[in-house]
Amino acid sequence: MSKVEPGRTKEEEHLEFEGMDISGHWNRMFEQRVIWEHDTSMLDKVTSLAGAESLGFCYQCGKCTPACPVDLVGDYSPRKIFRKTQTGIDLFTSPDLWLCTTCMNCLRVCPKEVNMISIMPAVREVAVAEGNVPPELQKAFENTFNHGNPLGEPARKRADWVADAGVPVTILPKEKRPVDVLFYVECYWSYHPRGKDAARALARTMVALGVDWGILGHEEKCSCDSQRLAGEKGLFEMIAEQNIATLGKYEFKRMVTSDPHAYNAFRNEYPKLGAEYPVQHYTQFLAPLMGSLPWKRKLDYKVTFHDPCYLGRHNGEYDAPREMIQQIPGLEFIEMFRCKENGYCCGGGGGGMWLDSFTANHTSERLSERRVKEAIETGAEMLVVCCPYEVSRFEDAVKSTGNEGKLLVRDVIELVDEALQ
Amino acid sequence: MHIAVVLKQVPDLVEELEIDSGGKDIDRSSVKMKLNEFDDHALEQAVLLKEASGAKVTVVAVAAAGIDQALYAAKARGADAALKVDAGGDLLDSRRAASAIAEAIKQLQPDLVLTGVQAADDLFGQTAPYLAAALGWPHVSVVSGVEVAGAKVKVHQEYAGGRMASLELDLPAVLGVQAAPKPPRYVPVSKLRQAMASGALETVSVAPADELSGVAVTALAKPETGRGAEMLAGSAAEVAEKIAALLGERRLVRA
Repeated sequence: MSKVEPGRTKEEEHLEFEGMDISGHWNRMFEQRVIWEHDTSMLDKVTSLAGAESLGFCYQCGKCTPACPVDLVGDYSPRKIFRKTQTGIDLFTSPDLWLCTTCMNCLRVCPKEVNMISIMPAVREVAVAEGNVPPELQKAFENTFNHGNPLGEPARKRADWVADAGVPVTILPKEKRPVDVLFYVECYWSYHPRGKDAARALARTMVALGVDWGILGHEEKCSCDSQRLAGEKGLFEMIAEQNIATLGKYEFKRMVTSDPHAYNAFRNEYPKLGAEYPVQHYTQFLAPLMGSLPWKRKLDYKVTFHDPCYLGRHNGEYDAPREMIQQIPGLEFIEMFRCKENGYCCGGGGGGMWLDSFTANHTSERLSERRVKEAIETGAEMLVVCCPYEVSRFEDAVKSTGNEGKLLVRDVIELVDEALQ
Repeated sequence: MHIAVVLKQVPDLVEELEIDSGGKDIDRSSVKMKLNEFDDHALEQAVLLKEASGAKVTVVAVAAAGIDQALYAAKARGADAALKVDAGGDLLDSRRAASAIAEAIKQLQPDLVLTGVQAADDLFGQTAPYLAAALGWPHVSVVSGVEVAGAKVKVHQEYAGGRMASLELDLPAVLGVQAAPKPPRYVPVSKLRQAMASGALETVSVAPADELSGVAVTALAKPETGRGAEMLAGSAAEVAEKIAALLGERRLVRA
């Protein structure tokens, strides 16, 4: 693309224009190139893949560029991906392939429905099959395959968080009985120290509400939606089949999950494999029940809220977490300027959770770093989240941007729990 | 060129290991197995050689619980054939395993045998030398770089202090691989499933090896946990003074 052909470059050795000496490279002009002078076969290679056809629909309007969270910290956006691919850049081996977080803000504004949520996984799948995977992501794939979670933690310890919950939790493989709610804990609430805090807060809230609920314990495995979007479709299908078999062993009326990515998987992807579940994100399950909680104290915090891409844009739920925040006694709520449909992305989706160093090497700052700065600008002292990826991402970002002490990060369920104590 | 890669699995340390009631082995009922890391590198080295100059790669392993998975994964990574060696037991020590595998290697007649330099379970490092001895072939271990040149193979061997030897062996030969030039590649699950669907893991039976290993485990124990650490608080000068006092009190230094 950047190749300069000497025969098509005009450059006067001596030139003066309106009294200014613009000799040499100051007056260099390039002849125009038409698109068919470029090697467009790379675009054909992409658009011939099932799921990636729509990249060819792009007519370069550029609406996606200001909407793309990655473009804000780098040189990205679907329009640029299209143009680069059209002029011969190999997307299959380019770092650009791994920067998209599948946040869906581009698709929201695209008049041509160029669908990166479907293009990226299709191209990544080819790259993965050729062994072209960033090492961090490879480790997450291998961990998921070997242990059922991307963190590489032992499967046997998946329900260890229960011991410190302070309330009884039904682990269905140990205590076989029908339950009303099957709670799908997911990996980060099962293993990450800050995730476990949220899981315990949820357990106490469920007990306070008198919900008849249980978890799958060590039999639960990652829902694998982010691995699918990162290009490991085979891994997704294999683990999904195992999860479907596990879920088939137990009786429950509905499923509730901590993780918007799991919610997306059970709502939109597992049905394609023949498994349909009545599933809710925990904010959707709890929002209507908030009125019946025995509040013990008011929380004197000024808070703002970050919409998870896979709860909001992907599945249209913006109200449930806000209803929860508004019903927790005492909170003062401020919206960030990028919110709801136009919410910024934390950088963790579509495999970004396991590409942290890779992405950091190709962007001016992490998306999570950008977002905590936006949260601080609102004057809020606390950033409230409701996705298991986010507490650790934003807490790290608060530290790495030198804002320690200026912004707390809490899962909304932690605030519910705090107001109940 | 026919390369045989000898694989074995070791316990995955993600799960906590327990000692069984006999006290001489870990409790294998709850343990998850994974491919020995150095064998993984030996396999990668073989596949790289195959890609560079063409070769047939056969993976060979003692038939043991869970080994099929490792062999299928090796086929998905680029091995052309997989062979299980049934020697009448699955928990053979290095010497017995090497002697059983040597029988299978004699039938396979490869030009080059690669295996990991050692395995994390016993850190014995004897499989490659035993194999070479049983076959009567030349051998080099701690290899990190293999190049085939006609009927010879050039290898790099690492020494302490960053020194490296460049050695040449006549083929057939046995190499104990420390590291492949590239990290072992990813096996996409779709390829793994294809390899499993294509089936065809061959099994060869060899006479049970009656050689003595010369090494017997008498007891296995977890490392003892000492008393908790004592945290010293205060400024750097105060902490330094406390440390100096402690060293004197406990007679760790002469006053």
